[in-house]
Amino acid sequence: MSETIENNASTDASAESSPVAGPVRRPRRGNLGVVLPPIFVGGLIVGVWYFVSYVLLDPDRRFLLKPPHEVWQVGFADGENLRYMLDALWVTAQVAFWGLLAAIALGFLLAIVMSQSKLIERAVFPYAVVLQAIPILAIVPLIGFWFGYGFSSRVFVCIIIALFPIIVNTLFGLVSADQGMHDLFTLHKAGRITRLRRLMFPAALPAIFAGLRISAGLSVIGAIVGDFFFGQGEVGLGQILKRFAARLQGEQLLAAVIVSSALGVTVFLTFGWIANRVVGKWAAESRGG
Amino acid sequence: MLAEVGASRVRVETSESGGEKMAETALSFRNVSMTFPDGTRALSDVSVDIRKGEFVTIVGPSGCGKSTLLKIASGLLDATAGEIAVDRDRIGYVFQDATLLPWRTVRRNVELLAELHGIGKAERATLAQDAIELVGLKGFENHYPKSLSGGMKMRASLARTLTLKPPVFLFDEPFGAVDEITRERLNEETLRLFEQERFAGLFITHSISEAVFLSTKVYVMSARPGRLVASFDVPFSYPRQPELRFDARFAEICGHVSHALRGAHS
Repeated sequence: MSETIENNASTDASAESSPVAGPVRRPRRGNLGVVLPPIFVGGLIVGVWYFVSYVLLDPDRRFLLKPPHEVWQVGFADGENLRYMLDALWVTAQVAFWGLLAAIALGFLLAIVMSQSKLIERAVFPYAVVLQAIPILAIVPLIGFWFGYGFSSRVFVCIIIALFPIIVNTLFGLVSADQGMHDLFTLHKAGRITRLRRLMFPAALPAIFAGLRISAGLSVIGAIVGDFFFGQGEVGLGQILKRFAARLQGEQLLAAVIVSSALGVTVFLTFGWIANRVVGKWAAESRGG
Repeated sequence: MLAEVGASRVRVETSESGGEKMAETALSFRNVSMTFPDGTRALSDVSVDIRKGEFVTIVGPSGCGKSTLLKIASGLLDATAGEIAVDRDRIGYVFQDATLLPWRTVRRNVELLAELHGIGKAERATLAQDAIELVGLKGFENHYPKSLSGGMKMRASLARTLTLKPPVFLFDEPFGAVDEITRERLNEETLRLFEQERFAGLFITHSISEAVFLSTKVYVMSARPGRLVASFDVPFSYPRQPELRFDARFAEICGHVSHALRGAHS
């Protein structure tokens, strides 16, 4: 077999497991090399935090930035407060999840329709841009005014904020397939659906996941912002942020900010992981989270 | 048996007009001209007949409209004048790039055309496996294109086309992007495929030795608008050996083609 397969440089082509001229592999470093740098920077941030709390701030102004261990004690170690935050986290996570799901469904639909006709794309795309340009702070009270302050209104806020990256990335991905591949499908008389399913959609996957990652984070922000402004109904992260801020509960406020960010980071990493599982095997360059 | 696909703007040949000769001609261009909407004249009055078991190569400078001819033959483009007769049901078209779908393994890529033609799963798998073995990619069935070298991608592309057992095989400078050594080897394998399948081949290249090595007949195309300005019969019989390249007569024919090409270029 090896005689029919060209040897590139010194690579042994007959070894089935080692493909010829493979892509440049990132050098496999130990886990320490991956974990240590961010831990180091994290430590640096905590150090600066302490420095600001104890050195820069006068003792009577220390309430502006409580040191990390006090935030931990009051915000997380206190069972009652933790439970309060986790309940809010759960409420917000559900809103963000359903908002993202709806944005994905709607975004896919719009992107697919736009990918099928340049005319429809020209007609619809400007409004996707408009949607993106609407200041979310302006639209949230209006949504509450129109649709009430319930679950569906909050989901609606998430859709508005998360929709645009899904539309743009999906559309970009769908039209990214090489002209040669399209010619191939044309030659063999592939119909619209076949072309979409076998060519355009798979070609779009890397871009779709790039969009999903952004939108997932935005959906979390949408859920928090909606909750923050509505200030009614089930208590989510937005409301507790507002309450802690109003009561000048610095430790709890910082703890809630940390929880909110953690939700966003988790969602971001999750989608990075899924993307890696789905397209990592074949995509030219994929950087997992 | 042959379906006539004429450029509708001009005459469409009736099936009787060709008579006996039509039965064996697999691909025929009759006075084909092509002018793009922007006014660029790509081809001018090109006439070629290719019979089954014939391997015809067109050499010409870059941008002379060679590829346009293949696009017209396959129906990707419509000629502005002239007639084309070919059965486009299972036309084989090897592109300049391998155009493998990156999300499919070699096996699934090779199966693609059979899939598009609605061939069942089991038969598809057999066809693909045979084709993969024929091009020497056995053992690489489960690799993704990104881990293949340029030459191997081209092999996979060839295998994909082979699954259709096309009576007409169009090659659009398929080995232009690989290094010289790989190219020579791929040439030898293309020959082997031709000797085995005896399709009607139309090959586009700007490499003279590649043209002479593969073909029964070499045409020289002029710069835009592309016209066929010279043709050379290559007398060597098949199967051909790689050593043919060192034959004095081989060099002589290459010299003639080269001379004609220079004439066409200036």
